Amino acid sequence: MLMTISLLMENKPGALMRVTGLLSQRGYNIDSLTVARTLDPGLSRMTIAVDVDSRLRGQVIKQMNKLVNVLQATDLTEASAVLREMVLLRVRATQENRTAILKEAEIFGARVVDSSVEGFALEATGDSEKLEEFIAVMETYGEIEVTRSGMVAVSLEAKKLRLAPPIPKTHGDPVPR
Amino acid sequence: MSTTMSGARILMECLAREGVDVIFGYPGGVTLPLYDVMYDHHIRHVLVRHEENAAFAASGYARATGKVGVCCATSGPGATNLTTGLVDCMMDSIPVVALTGQVSSKLIGSDAFQEADTFGITRSATKHNYLVRDIKELASVIHEAFHIAATGRPGPVLVDITKDVLMGQAHYAPVSEIHLPGYKVVTDGHAGQIRRAAQMMWEASRPYVYAGGGIIAAGAHDELRDVVETLDAPAVTTLMGLGALPADHPNWISMPGMHGSYASNMGMYECDLLIALGVRFDDRVTGRLASFAPHAKVIHVDIDPAEIGKNRTADLPIVGDAKKVLSKLARALRELEPSMAAAHAEDRKAWWGQVRGWMAEHPLEPVFSTDEIKPQHLMHEIDRLSGGKAIVSTDVGQHQMWAAQFIRFNAPRLWLSSGGLGSMGFGLPAAIGAQMAHPDKTVFCIVGDGGFQMALPEVATLANQGLPVKVVIMNNGYLGMVRQWQDLFYQNRLSAVQIEAFPNIEMLAAAYGIKGRIVEKPSELNAALQEALDYPGPFLLDVRVSQFENVYPMVPAGAAINEMVLAPPKPVPVPAQ
Repeated sequence: MLMTISLLMENKPGALMRVTGLLSQRGYNIDSLTVARTLDPGLSRMTIAVDVDSRLRGQVIKQMNKLVNVLQATDLTEASAVLREMVLLRVRATQENRTAILKEAEIFGARVVDSSVEGFALEATGDSEKLEEFIAVMETYGEIEVTRSGMVAVSLEAKKLRLAPPIPKTHGDPVPR
Repeated sequence: MSTTMSGARILMECLAREGVDVIFGYPGGVTLPLYDVMYDHHIRHVLVRHEENAAFAASGYARATGKVGVCCATSGPGATNLTTGLVDCMMDSIPVVALTGQVSSKLIGSDAFQEADTFGITRSATKHNYLVRDIKELASVIHEAFHIAATGRPGPVLVDITKDVLMGQAHYAPVSEIHLPGYKVVTDGHAGQIRRAAQMMWEASRPYVYAGGGIIAAGAHDELRDVVETLDAPAVTTLMGLGALPADHPNWISMPGMHGSYASNMGMYECDLLIALGVRFDDRVTGRLASFAPHAKVIHVDIDPAEIGKNRTADLPIVGDAKKVLSKLARALRELEPSMAAAHAEDRKAWWGQVRGWMAEHPLEPVFSTDEIKPQHLMHEIDRLSGGKAIVSTDVGQHQMWAAQFIRFNAPRLWLSSGGLGSMGFGLPAAIGAQMAHPDKTVFCIVGDGGFQMALPEVATLANQGLPVKVVIMNNGYLGMVRQWQDLFYQNRLSAVQIEAFPNIEMLAAAYGIKGRIVEKPSELNAALQEALDYPGPFLLDVRVSQFENVYPMVPAGAAINEMVLAPPKPVPVPAQ
């Protein structure tokens, strides 16, 4: 099943590599992954959709939390959360079906971001299921090209961020030489 | 104190503040600035002969002391050579800090001479790793590396440092605190869970303690003993946990697992409460997981939350430091003892009867012969000479299993073996690391004729440092464990397992200016070992043992832990070539 993980991590070099490396090392398949800065430029938010046996979800979160740069790993699969994805889609349109395409786009709440004699570029957001349908419908009008953003998610419950306090370096004097 | 100094000097200052007294390493182009500072620094540098062995030696040092071991290598091949040793530390949770040089910041990504993506390559080989490109970060990073390596579940941390950072100048003031906001270690253990664990333990009829390397890492051997004695439960220690409970302790059964004793494994199978302490339910211990400890509820104590429930679901998980948790657990057991101990006392007594019965039924007993030296005989003699006190490092394979079966350890940090990764070539450099840490202790390095040759360059280090390590080569002319599997599971088609052209050890030792001896007769074994022990310097003892001996008991791969093969089948002669 698809598991949704929201990850808050320090924006350090190699952060993305650590996450993707860990997932592949443990044998989990990444379905989608998005990453961007947060309000705090020192932190990044990652949303990862992983294909994993549901019994292993706890294990995945625990492994994520072991990464030193990860501040918080949350399993949003069954949590109260909003999950969204964006799709950018180019569809070839003929003189005859242009209006129909626009009507259909409207139903899905998609916006026209480019229009030419060849067709349209459309932008739609929604949950993955809705976007699948949108793509399927658009395919009936002709040749399409699709780019999906991957899932982004926000939890609807405020989860307190617990951080480790600074560690004092209480060494004695250096060894006399 | 605050002065301007080079990155290399800042690095050495930080190492000194961390209490480092020895670095195992090999210099190279980009670490020249560092080695220049080492030239007249009080921290000793041990020049190994291959970087892999720098990591193994640091591992041996860390295993024997509990302190963080330090190794050092140059960029490119130096760093890639370290990786096997780092993965070994990762698998066995050994605290090591690896320092590697990297090409100058400006050259990174240009495929410069001796450039390798050390940071990327060692991502999965370490608990955490760093690439330092800014001299201002250097001091904090070094202290962070030591903190991460030594705390929580210990492990290796690599710090890759560019040449311009080592050469650059910066203002240095000792770091007063470090920030690792995402590095959260739970040490205390949940008080309620600990109390419930104590209740479960008194309620059990057939409790069984399964203790591992986590006890040794946490220094929780006294607390383990207290728990075991309070409950008076039988206890087994894993390959990584040998010495966690003294081998002469009446409650100690032996080692469980693929080559564990009959009693150990039967106890695992029949117990009704498995008290798992600092262990990770490794496949070499559990055999077929689905039939492992099928009647047991499981209490699992570990510092790493991800280990709990990873392989076997825990009925009662406790995340925490074993020393703290076991100390509280012993107290809880004592508090509950007056009200709870009596209820199942009879059952527990009967359980001991059963366990003692298994021990008597199939004891681990050395095999002797008057014609040839049996490997078990060799281990038995080393055990006798050690008296539970010597440090013993091993390589990987048959000799490792026989050593684990027959050599007893009455204290932790005496048994140094590559458990999780099973890396051949570990034994000799690990012994070097241990002897550097404990110059006055007896260190036996038991290796096979295969693994010895993997670490052969380190004989030079041994001679160079004049370390009185007793290298005992259990020489059967084969890669014995692989041969055993070919014998048992591949119709004895012995493919690429015969080690021919093994060097004459007396001549080899002489070539290095050290002492060597070959021993072939059982009657001479004793005297030969004694000679090695009495000799004040490095000693290479080539012990020719029976060629076709197999290690038993054996739980075949994929079998349940109670499905042991106990007796050796008739030896099959090697087909004529």
